[in-house]
Amino acid sequence: MKNSRRWALRGVVLLYVGVLVGLPVLFLVLKAFSHGLGAFFAEITRPEALSALKLSLEVAAVAVPVNTVIGVGAAILVTRHHFAGKRFLDTIFDVPVAISPVIIGVALVLAYSRIGWFGAPLATWGIRVLFTPLGIALATMAVSLPYVLRSIVPVLLEIGTDQEQAARTLGAGRLRVFWHVTLPSIRWAVMYGVTLTLARTLGEFGAVLVVSGNISGVTQTLPIYIFDSWDQRFDVLGSYAGALVLALMSTLVLAVLALLRRRERKLSVDLA
Amino acid sequence: MSISLKHLTKHYNTTAAVDDVSAEIAHGSLTAVLGPSGSGKSTLLKLISGLESPDEGTVVIDGDDVTKLDPRYRDIGFCFQHYAPFRHMNVAKNVGFGLKVRKRSAKEIDARVRELLALVKLEHKAKSYPAQLSGGERQRMALARALAIEPRVLLLDEPFGALDAVVRAELRVWLKELHTQLQVTTVLVTHDQQEAMEVADQLIVMRSGRVVQSGHPLALYERPSSSFVHEFLGPTTIFAGEVIRPHDLELVSIYEGTHKGRITRIVLLGFEAHVTVELSEGTTTWIQLSRNELSKLGLRVALLVGVRRRGDLDD
Amino acid sequence: MSPAPSSWRRWPSRLSLPLLAGGGGALIVSYLSLIVLIPIAALVSHGLSVSVRTNGTGLEFWRWHVSIGLGAFWRAVTAVGARKAIWLSLWLSLSVASINAVMGVAIAWVLVRDRFIGKGLLEASIDLPFALPTIVAGVVLLALYGADSPIHVDLFETWMGLMMALLFVTLPFSVRAVQPVLASLDPEIEAAARTLGAGGVRTFFLVVLPSLWPAVLGGFGLAFARAIGEFGSISLIAGGIGRTTTASNYVYNLTQGFLWNDAASVSTALLLISLFVLISTGVWSRKYQRRTL
Repeated sequence: MKNSRRWALRGVVLLYVGVLVGLPVLFLVLKAFSHGLGAFFAEITRPEALSALKLSLEVAAVAVPVNTVIGVGAAILVTRHHFAGKRFLDTIFDVPVAISPVIIGVALVLAYSRIGWFGAPLATWGIRVLFTPLGIALATMAVSLPYVLRSIVPVLLEIGTDQEQAARTLGAGRLRVFWHVTLPSIRWAVMYGVTLTLARTLGEFGAVLVVSGNISGVTQTLPIYIFDSWDQRFDVLGSYAGALVLALMSTLVLAVLALLRRRERKLSVDLA
Repeated sequence: MSISLKHLTKHYNTTAAVDDVSAEIAHGSLTAVLGPSGSGKSTLLKLISGLESPDEGTVVIDGDDVTKLDPRYRDIGFCFQHYAPFRHMNVAKNVGFGLKVRKRSAKEIDARVRELLALVKLEHKAKSYPAQLSGGERQRMALARALAIEPRVLLLDEPFGALDAVVRAELRVWLKELHTQLQVTTVLVTHDQQEAMEVADQLIVMRSGRVVQSGHPLALYERPSSSFVHEFLGPTTIFAGEVIRPHDLELVSIYEGTHKGRITRIVLLGFEAHVTVELSEGTTTWIQLSRNELSKLGLRVALLVGVRRRGDLDD
Repeated sequence: MSPAPSSWRRWPSRLSLPLLAGGGGALIVSYLSLIVLIPIAALVSHGLSVSVRTNGTGLEFWRWHVSIGLGAFWRAVTAVGARKAIWLSLWLSLSVASINAVMGVAIAWVLVRDRFIGKGLLEASIDLPFALPTIVAGVVLLALYGADSPIHVDLFETWMGLMMALLFVTLPFSVRAVQPVLASLDPEIEAAARTLGAGGVRTFFLVVLPSLWPAVLGGFGLAFARAIGEFGSISLIAGGIGRTTTASNYVYNLTQGFLWNDAASVSTALLLISLFVLISTGVWSRKYQRRTL
């Protein structure tokens, strides 16, 4: 490629990404610490902020393992077995990501709250979904559904069944094959999917907003807290501080993702 | 269009893939560049085509120094080992690509494509896509595509390497016939010495980036300049302290042979047989002979035999 | 004395697979129903005012009478606010997906084929909009492009502001859809085009781009679906109800007003649009893939 053309393309791309992504990030960092480190820490240690963080982490502690197990199970089912409706199953996983989180929130409310289908029967068992952490958990599980599955499926397809069949001819039972052969080979892909799920879980906003009712100290996750700070209380600094904490967590996630991607590349090169 | 290569050198990192290579390729000839993996033969071809540029040396095609010229303008046709088909175009569009780039009229392109498809016997596949063709058909398409632009020189980089043995043999014959018909200067890179011997009228043997010997295939086979060439171009075995071709030995009775030994193994390979003999002095040699000879001599394992050079008489 | 495996030892493992797979499958299906199928069904049912009357006993479903109230649906969807919001979301998403389709290819090209100091930073920053929570993006984008902007632009309550947010959020989809395909392109094909006389630009448009096309379409579909549903990052910069209310914002406003059925109706409409786009880009890209593989 001609040198001038290469530089032109490079320039356009760097400018675009720099303005679109770099600028906001830089700005966030500057703004969060604009009133000094002390004010930053004061903000993030407020009781409402801390309880929001706690709720976010608790929800993640439920949503991530559940979606991981489901994702791994479904991946194996989809890649190693044939049954009617396989395609349908596969497509359902993509639905929550393809539609607006607000719609998911509305759908959950219309299914499980008192104005919906199962709200009344559930209430008689003492289960309330709207305005509760349970509802938030459901919403979060829904929006972070397919990440583990989508990370694993291509890997499972690529490595094929050869290793598993070899293990079976050597006498291993199916469970042993799964635990000692299949799982280790998708280790990195699972981690990648878990990381994505975690990121989505911590950051989910729209669906949770609809389901939670935004009750401070009870049903506020960290993203809701950030929104609330800005929108309702005009607490700009509080908002920035919370946003930065979340952003830092996301950056950590990003770093892990990048590391995992490099690991995976190295692994696939070794196998080639 | 003759090709003249002078002192071509190309380094990758610190190793010289091509090291001071000079060669003359006659107009209209079919030259095979033969060598083991890593000998630099593919790199040499890329240098001729312009897909790589040399660190030193010149490439002259038909009197024009093209060393600094982009491959687009060198008027060469190039065929790759894995055919490099344009997957989203059908066979006709693939073959016509070079002409489309040269802005020929649709009518002209159509006529030429039809002509070439008839030449490579792919007329019935004109509307098919590469994914629907067999390996051999894909390579024939690639050849037609390269020939469409009427190149001065045709370069083939291990063109039959990815095909199975039967198809390979067929295409070898077909290529030779095509070359006789078209008389385009052709350079073929291969690691298969049988292919080179069968098809080429000039052979260049390379090793570790250098030319080891070049000339007519039979001349190299019968008068190799080094043991490497000797062993690379055909089977060899050691007898009476020297390296010799197994078919230059014959099996006779113990009294007639210059050396005696015991047959340890007989392998039957279709038309020919390989007989391994452990000689009395401890060394092992093998003899290549036809099945007829084998059955006439009535040989079996553990038999004591005499071995001598063919054409050797006891006098 | 040969230790032939006794048939009874083989029996459990042959049976355990169907049990395991069946049990696992049932679990997965139940989970999916709980989380996705039932809620979506409830949504569509409320949105289209589906009501089921059972004549006779409940189990005789050939006697069920299902009625769909399209009237209410239509009214909700064609309300002035809804129409404007849906239209806004549609053209915004189409524009954003298109812009990022082009830029996605350019960025993927630089990431795959170019080499320079700091390329790693570029690579990582592509993932940032994906990993960043939408509300964080919303806060930052508003602060950067809003009324008190340090770079002296005011995109609060403007379409441009919405576009900046959507371009930010959909960037990773467009790039990552194309990047792996570009990376695995056979270099021999471009070399072949070169030997046949094509220069850089021609080779790109005649040979490279057609191979990338299925991936570009796929990326377009993903970016569009994401953009049309995006909420968190644009909710702040969109400001109050007005010209910059997108479809998801409109639905949210309806829920705040407890107009759940209307919210369901508009949501159903949006759902259908998203599904339509996803399916059609999927079909298109698969058609191309079949030919080029």
